[in-house]
Amino acid sequence: MDPRELYQELILDHGRRPRNFRVPEGPTCRAEGKNPLCGDHVAVSAVVVGDRVEDVGFQGSGCAICMAAASTMTEAVRGHTREEIAAMFARFHGVVTGAASGDAEDLGKLAAFSGLSEFPMRVKCATLAWHTLEAALQGRGEPVSSE
Amino acid sequence: MTTGAFDVEALRDGFPALRQQVRGRPLAYLDSAATALKPTAVIDALTGYYTRDSANVHRGVHLLSQRASLAYEDAREKVRAFLNASEAREIVFLRGVTEAMNLLAQTLGRARLGPGDEVLVTELEHHSNLVPWQMAAAAAGARVVGAPVEDDGAMTAARVIERIGSRTRIVAVAHASNVLGTVLPVAEIAAAAHARGAIVVVDGAQGAPHLPVDVRALGADFYAFSGHKLFGPTGIGALYGRADLLGALPPWQGGGGMIETVEIESSTYRGLPERFEAGTPHIAGAVGLGAAIDWLCGLDRAAAAAHEDALLARATAGLSRIPGVRLLGTAPSKVSVLSFVLDGVHPHDLGTLLDGEGIAIRAGHHCAQPLMRRYGVTATARASFALYNTTAEVDALVGAVGRARELFG
Repeated sequence: MDPRELYQELILDHGRRPRNFRVPEGPTCRAEGKNPLCGDHVAVSAVVVGDRVEDVGFQGSGCAICMAAASTMTEAVRGHTREEIAAMFARFHGVVTGAASGDAEDLGKLAAFSGLSEFPMRVKCATLAWHTLEAALQGRGEPVSSE
Repeated sequence: MTTGAFDVEALRDGFPALRQQVRGRPLAYLDSAATALKPTAVIDALTGYYTRDSANVHRGVHLLSQRASLAYEDAREKVRAFLNASEAREIVFLRGVTEAMNLLAQTLGRARLGPGDEVLVTELEHHSNLVPWQMAAAAAGARVVGAPVEDDGAMTAARVIERIGSRTRIVAVAHASNVLGTVLPVAEIAAAAHARGAIVVVDGAQGAPHLPVDVRALGADFYAFSGHKLFGPTGIGALYGRADLLGALPPWQGGGGMIETVEIESSTYRGLPERFEAGTPHIAGAVGLGAAIDWLCGLDRAAAAAHEDALLARATAGLSRIPGVRLLGTAPSKVSVLSFVLDGVHPHDLGTLLDGEGIAIRAGHHCAQPLMRRYGVTATARASFALYNTTAEVDALVGAVGRARELFG
């Protein structure tokens, strides 16, 4: 696969102009994710009411894959329960690592990252925000890494 | 292509790794500052050792061990000549610069540093010439001080020398920067350091592959380099130490090969260089490094340097013409290392896009985080050129960077 196919418009757009690049009002949890080898860094904050993520935002800096993955993640998980989000992450992880077979259409925008399975060195860029959200939802204090 | 007396195509024939396609394109390997490709001469030397000798050194009376020992010591002599050291016993085989700096930090550091003392480094040091000193300084109550780099990446002698104070015990500097390519004025720095009683340690990881090294002319008390950046095997490198200074250091790692007499309670140690080579050394690596030095010294090194300079100049000019490219490190005296950032394109994304065109560059902080901070970036893209690179590869790099910029708009 030509990496130019990896950098499709959706990823370029979310990388350039990440959505929900903010701390939501009244966050109930927060976590930081850092990949020290490459320097990517995100902080994810969420408002959880009951079992549901009512709002979520992120801040940080990194490559287009990292920023776009964080941006699309915030859109995808909003309004979903912890359980649904955990399942979504598992599915996303399977698709970007190539462990899951079949098409990724059920993932919506997140399917744009399926080309990463051919670039294993870059998978960590796409999963950093997800690991960070998971840590935030589980109330883990220490920064996480996907390296 | 031929630059003067330098026939690059003939040279490339001796590098098997260059004969491959990457993602359907011919490989353009522009990452030699991370590790250099290996000529057949080196690969053959490794195979030859494992095929014929394959024995331990200094341990057996049998013929294979004798051959292995001779080859190992022969490699040491080659390193001595390569660095223009006075004696072969001033050469210690180690894994590379990182291990050399850890050895020095834990022996020289322990012997020389006390509370309030200083180790002077520069802002452009690789973490391997920084972190070991921080560890030694912390243990001794000493501190590490960094001389600042100029905006263009130059490191002037004056900037370093003005920071050599009455508490400076060790001055540890790179011969050349792995990020900026800057060549440091080591001889001037060393003369000033010696005048104030400091020991001079030089990280030659990037210097040795590109520059003539004469440890005595440089005034280096210690000089370390890594074999794999010098077209040799990974896991082998050498540390030069001036005999009187190296000989005064306490042993570092204990074990077989470095002792004279061992009792249950205590031991006595051998002299140089065995004192610092505990355990079975990387014999094949040393033999391969010797072959790399033979190969390199068999070339017209002045012509090779001119070729590398021409590649650097072409890449510098080509990348400068691309809008949004910012070069880091444009000092007057450089080895062929070129760091840059492209506005709106993260270095890792650029690295992936270039890989798609068969072009291997390095993206990241290059183990030089203080330097990244100095230039206000978290990472750079880095193209580094060795004597086997071509102008066509430089042009491919420039074209690919231009296309990446267009893609990211």
